[in-house]
Amino acid sequence: MASPQRLEINESASITVIHFKDQKIIDPGAIQELGQELFDLVEKEDRRKIVLNFANVEFLSSAALGKLITFEKKAKRIGAELILTNISPEIYQVFAITNLDKLFKIKDSEADALAVL
Amino acid sequence: MSSPSPPVDRTLQASLSSSLTAYHVFIQTILDQLADLGWHKSDLFAVHMALEESISNAIRHGNKEDPAKKVQVDCQISPARFWVQICDEGAGFEPSAVPDCCAADCLENPGGRGSRVSVCPACNSG
Repeated sequence: MASPQRLEINESASITVIHFKDQKIIDPGAIQELGQELFDLVEKEDRRKIVLNFANVEFLSSAALGKLITFEKKAKRIGAELILTNISPEIYQVFAITNLDKLFKIKDSEADALAVL
Repeated sequence: MSSPSPPVDRTLQASLSSSLTAYHVFIQTILDQLADLGWHKSDLFAVHMALEESISNAIRHGNKEDPAKKVQVDCQISPARFWVQICDEGAGFEPSAVPDCCAADCLENPGGRGSRVSVCPACNSG
């Protein structure tokens, strides 16, 4: 796999921890790349335990939310476990407004996610 | 001693091309002006979300990314108030006809959240 441009990927004890490189996820081209890099994790690399850490993310558009939703569906399809962590209060409010807090498993910290995977 | 004058609104306007990469600089200009007026980080986030989703919807769904069409944005800001009017050249739509992206059976639909998150959090509560 080519070196990811939008994601920082670390593997520890069969758990894949992802950090986003962009602080603002709004550019259509960047969102397209980000989505493909996420999809490759489950479709090409068969990763089964994934933590998405949002600590670096200050803002994301609904188009980025759409990619996350598609990623969640693809992960679910292959039986992968997915947990989102370190979401800022402002972004968490967006998840809550759109009921996505019911679709995604969300933990406060990366440590909390690692403890249950 | 006279009382201080009431804050005067600042006006920002732009006629944006119908490209999904053409408007972020203008949004940042508005956010910078609001920050200069002392707006809090969480309020800047809400304004950013409203502008991002409204303008991108106007370009994508209103003008259908037609380069011959423009999106007109008129904005007034002050230390306590943010007002914006965004007009595209599309045919218009009936908001009640837009599927509810937050319904349980639609949660996994990847689209349709822009109009929901562009409304202020207080309006969305309840």
